[in-house]
Amino acid sequence: MGEIERRATSALEEQQRVWEYSTAPESTEIVRLQDRYGLFLGGRFVEPKSGRYFVTINPATEEPLAEVAEAGEEDVDLAARTAREAWEEHWRDLPGKERAKYLYRIARALQERSREFAVLETMNNGKPIKESRDVDVPLAAAHFFYYAGWADKLEYAFPGRIPRPLGVAAQITPWNFPLLMCAWKLAPALATGNTAILKPASTTPLTALLLAEVIEQAELPPGVVNVIPGPGGRTGGWLAAHADIAKIAFTGSTEIGKVLRRNVAGTGKRLTLELGGKAANIVFEDAALDQAIEGIINGIFFNQGEVCCAGSRLFVQESVFEPLVDKLKARLDTLRVGDPLDKNTDVGAINSRDQLDKIEELVQSGIEEGAEIYQPECSLPERGFWFRPTLFTNVAQSHRIAREEIFGPVLSILTFRTPQEAVEKANNTEYGLSAGIWTEKGSRILWMADRMKAGVIWANTFNRFDPASPFGGYKESGFGREGGRHGLEPYLDLDGGNGA
Amino acid sequence: MSKAAEIERNAPGLALHAPREASRLVARVASVDAVGLEERAASLGRRSIKRGSKLWALDLAIRAMDLTTLEGVDTTGRVVSLCAKAVRPDPTDPTIPPVAAVCVYPQLVPVALGQVEGTTVKVASVAGSFPAGLGPLEARLAEIRTVVEQGAHEVDIVLNRSLFLGGRYAACFEELAAAREAAGDAHMKVILEVGELGSYDRIRQASVLAMAAGADFIKTSTGKIGSSATLPAALCMMEAARDFFRETGRRVGIKVAGGIRASKQAVQYLVLVYETLGPEWMTPERFRIGASSLLNDVLMQINKERTGRYQGPDYFTID
Amino acid sequence: MSGGAGAQGASEREGASVAPATSGRLPVRRTAKLFIAGEFPRSESGRSYEVFSHDGRLLAWAARASRKDLRDAVRAARAAQPGWAGRTAYNRGQILYRVAELMEGRRVQFEAELADAGAPDPARGVEAAIDRWVWYAGWADKIGQVLGGTNPVAGPYFNFTIPEPTGVVGIVAPPDQALLGLVSRLAPAIVSGNTAVVLASEPSPLPAVSLSEVLATSDVPPGVVNLLTGLTAELVPWLAGHMDVSAIDVTGVPEDLLPQVEELAAENVKRVHRGPAVDPFSAVAQSPYEITALMEMKTVWHPMGA
Repeated sequence: MGEIERRATSALEEQQRVWEYSTAPESTEIVRLQDRYGLFLGGRFVEPKSGRYFVTINPATEEPLAEVAEAGEEDVDLAARTAREAWEEHWRDLPGKERAKYLYRIARALQERSREFAVLETMNNGKPIKESRDVDVPLAAAHFFYYAGWADKLEYAFPGRIPRPLGVAAQITPWNFPLLMCAWKLAPALATGNTAILKPASTTPLTALLLAEVIEQAELPPGVVNVIPGPGGRTGGWLAAHADIAKIAFTGSTEIGKVLRRNVAGTGKRLTLELGGKAANIVFEDAALDQAIEGIINGIFFNQGEVCCAGSRLFVQESVFEPLVDKLKARLDTLRVGDPLDKNTDVGAINSRDQLDKIEELVQSGIEEGAEIYQPECSLPERGFWFRPTLFTNVAQSHRIAREEIFGPVLSILTFRTPQEAVEKANNTEYGLSAGIWTEKGSRILWMADRMKAGVIWANTFNRFDPASPFGGYKESGFGREGGRHGLEPYLDLDGGNGA
Repeated sequence: MSKAAEIERNAPGLALHAPREASRLVARVASVDAVGLEERAASLGRRSIKRGSKLWALDLAIRAMDLTTLEGVDTTGRVVSLCAKAVRPDPTDPTIPPVAAVCVYPQLVPVALGQVEGTTVKVASVAGSFPAGLGPLEARLAEIRTVVEQGAHEVDIVLNRSLFLGGRYAACFEELAAAREAAGDAHMKVILEVGELGSYDRIRQASVLAMAAGADFIKTSTGKIGSSATLPAALCMMEAARDFFRETGRRVGIKVAGGIRASKQAVQYLVLVYETLGPEWMTPERFRIGASSLLNDVLMQINKERTGRYQGPDYFTID
Repeated sequence: MSGGAGAQGASEREGASVAPATSGRLPVRRTAKLFIAGEFPRSESGRSYEVFSHDGRLLAWAARASRKDLRDAVRAARAAQPGWAGRTAYNRGQILYRVAELMEGRRVQFEAELADAGAPDPARGVEAAIDRWVWYAGWADKIGQVLGGTNPVAGPYFNFTIPEPTGVVGIVAPPDQALLGLVSRLAPAIVSGNTAVVLASEPSPLPAVSLSEVLATSDVPPGVVNLLTGLTAELVPWLAGHMDVSAIDVTGVPEDLLPQVEELAAENVKRVHRGPAVDPFSAVAQSPYEITALMEMKTVWHPMGA
C-alpha cells in the first residue's frame, strides 16, 4: 500500500526506484538433478570403466551441480564397437519411415519437457533463461522434427544418387549451445541411417545426458545413440582415432579443428568442422537504424557473445557513425546482466573461468593497442563468471580485438566509406562463417552478399537459425553444412563406394 | 505570422521542419524494418514486473488514463456518470487516484467541465471532424477554437490521412500548424490512425510531421475504425519521439488508444515507454492511455495483487 | 456403429449392423454429417442416403450434399486459405503430424469401418494411411528446397523460383480404398498451404467422416479441409465448374464423366490433376510431385548492384 500511496512525481529517481522487473521467477524444481551421471552406452546409463568422474558447475554461482562420468580409452572403445554393432544389427537396414518415427518421438518429447531442458541448460551453461527457453530448446526440437521428415525421402535429396549411410558418427559438441549442437548433430546423423557417439563439452554435459534419457524413453534400439562425456583432448582424441568411426563432426575452436584434421589425415574418415568466426556486421547509412541497433546488440550480446557466428566486428558507414554509436551506447546501458534464471536478464554468465580469462586478456590488449573502451555501469554478482557488455571504438584492422575471436560480449567498431571498402575489410580475415548487412537498398544487399566470403549472410537481421537453413563456414571457419538438405550430405555416401 | 512560420522562427532546430520543407522532412525520416520492430515489441511485451512495481504501474495506468466516451448516443446523463467514475474510480477505496482526463465529443464539453470542476481531472475534446478529419478546413479549425473557448483543456485532432497518403505533405503540415494555432494554449494531441497508414515507415513519418508541427502528444488511433493500438506501432512512435527529443530538445507525449481493455496490455505499453523513452515519460504529462473498460480491469488487478484473489466484475461499478 | 462393431457384425443380416451386447445394451447410433468450416452441419437440402456395408448391412445414413453445400464449402475453403498458406511450413508440418497422432488413436474405429467397406486387410490399410500422412507431413518444409531454387540468369540479377500453393483444391476421392485413397489425395494437397473441398467416396463415406472428425479435433484451422458426402455424379459437375476453385484432383471421377469435368474446368482454367494409377500401397503412390502438381511456381528477379 505504501507504494500506491506514494504519489510518484516526474522526478527521475522516483521512477527509477519504483520500476523494477521481477527477479528469478523461474524455479529450478522442475529439474531433478542426480548426484552422479554415468555414461549412456548401449541404451543404458553405465559406470565408466575409467572409474573417473568430474564435477560440472553452474557458472553463474560456481556451485557444483553434479558428478559426471569421464569416458576413458576403454569406454571409448566399447562405445565405438557398440555403436557399430547397433548400426549393423538394428539401424542400417531399418526402413526410413521407421527411423523417422523415432526422430518424431524425440522431437515431441523435447517439446513436452521443454521447460526442464531450458532450466537445466541455463543452470549448466550460464545463458539467460529467456534464450534457452525461446531459442535453444525450440530449435532443438525443430531440428529433430525437420530431419525426421527426411529419413524416408533421401532418394529425393540428391538427384541421380541412392544415398547410403556411413556407419558410426563421432560427434564432438561445444559448450556454447550444448543441447542445440547435440540436436544439430544427432538429427541428420540418425535420419540418414547412421549411429552416433556424442561427446559433449566438459563444462556442459548435463543437457546431453538428459537428452540421453529422452532417447531411452523414445525406445531407440540400444547403441544407436551413445553419450560419453570427457575432456576433448583425451576422450575426443581417442574417439576420433578409433577404427570403427566412419565420420567425425566437430564444432569448436579453429585450433582444435586443425588438430582433428591432422589426426584424421590418411584415414579415409569423413570430417566436418564448424569452427570460429569474426563476423563483419556492416551498417550502411540508409539502414533502418533503430532495428539495426537491435540487430547489432543481438549480434554480439546474444549468448554473451559466446557464438561462433557473433557479429563481433561492426563496420559502420562513416556518414552515420555518430548517431549510430550514440544510440548503441544508450542501448548498451539498458542491458541487464545478472542471474540467468531471471526471465528479464539479457546477458548471463560466462561459461568458465578459462573463457573469462581469455576475454579479459583480449580486452586488455584492445586498451593497450589504443582502442577506446565503453562499458555501461552495472553491478555484477560476486560469485560466478561475469563480463560487462563492452564496445570498442577507434579500432584498426590490425588490432587483436579486430582479428582474433574473443568469444565474449565485446564489440569492435570500425568504419568504412564505400560498399567496396566494406567488402574488402569484411573479407580480410582467415575466418568466413557469417556476416551481416544493414541497408534498405535491396540491390546492395544482393551485391554485397554476392561478394562476401561467408557461409551465412544475414541481411537486415542477425542470428537467425532454422533447421531448414544450411549453416557453416568458409575458410578457417570450417567446412560442411548443418541444416537444410545440404546438412544431409556429410552423413551420406553418395558415391556408392561404402561397403555397406 | 502563421504558426508554422513561428515554429520555424523560434526553434532553430526546427527550421528543417517548415512546411515547404515538409516533403524533404518526410523523405529523410528513417526507414523502419517491420520484422525487427515487431520482434523488439514482442520481446519487451514479455517482461515481467515485480509485484510492488506492478502496483505502481497499475496506479500510473489510472493516473494516465483518458476515460473516453465517443458515441452518437452520449447523453448528458452518460457523461455525468462517466465523470463521476473518472473522479472516483472506486468509491470504496480512497487510495485509488482519479484519471488524467475525460475525453468526449464537443457537444458534451460543457457538461464534462461542470462535473470535473474542482478536481484534477481534465477535459479533452475531440475536434476537427473526428474521426475522418475531412470536413472543410475552416469548420474544423472553428470546432477546435470553440471547444477551447468553452474551456476544454485538451484537444484530440486527427492527421489528414487523405493529404498524407496522397503525398501532399506541405498541405498536411499547414493544416496541423493551423490546428496548433487554433488550439492556443490547450494541449493538442494528433491522432495518426496507425491502422490506416499501411506501414511502420509511414507511422514514423506521420509522427515526425505531427511533432514538427507542434503536437504536444501523438496518439495511435481514434478507436473508431476497428483496428486498434498495437505494441509495434506504439514502439515505432516512441522511437520517433525519442529521436525528435534528441534533435530538438522537445519532449512530445505518447497516447495509446483503441482496443486496450486489459491491465496486462496497459503494463506492456508502460514497459515500452520505460525502455524506449525512459523515466521522464512515465508520467501523465507525457503518456496517456485512451480507454473505457480498461479502468475496471485495472481496479480488479489492483485488488487481486493486494488480496491474492482473482476478482469478479460485480464488485466494480459500471459507469 | 463402429468401434467394436466389426467383430460382432456377423450376427446381423438386416437393420443396424451392431448387435446388442449380451447384456442387452443398445448402442448409440452414429449420424454422419458434412464437415464445413470446422463444423458438422446437415445438408441444407435435408437429404441423406443409406450407406451399406459390403455385405448389405445398413451402417448409417450419410448426408447427401447439395450444390449449395458445395458452394458453402468452397467459400469456407477460400476464406481459410490465406491464413493456412501464411503459416510457416514448419507449423503446417507439425499440424499434419498431429493429425497422424489422432488417427493412430482411432485405429480401431478406422479398421472396423474399412472392414465394413469390404477391405481385405483393414489393419494394413489403416497403418498405410497413417504412415502416408506422416510421410507428407515431413515434406512441408522441404518442398521448396527440392523443387524450388535459384536460377543463374545471364545478367546482374538475383533470380529465384519458389513453389506456392495454388489456392482452393477440389478433390474427388476414389470410391474404393476409402481411407488410404482419400489420404493419398488430401495430405499432399493441403501440406503446401492449399485448402480443400473433398467429395468423399460415395459407397464408403464413413472413414472419410471419421477422418473429418479427426481433423476437427486436431489443430487444423476451420475451413482448411471441408468434406462432403453424397452422390458423386451429382456433385462433380458443380465442383468442376466452380469459378473459385483453383484446381481439381479428379482421381475419383468415373471415366465417363472425365471429359465433361475437363470441359467445365476450362472456364476458369482450373488445374486438373489425376493421381498415379498404381497400387496405393506401393512406394510410388506417394511422391512430392503429388504436392507440386497443385502448386504454382513463382519466379522473382532483383538487380544486384552497390
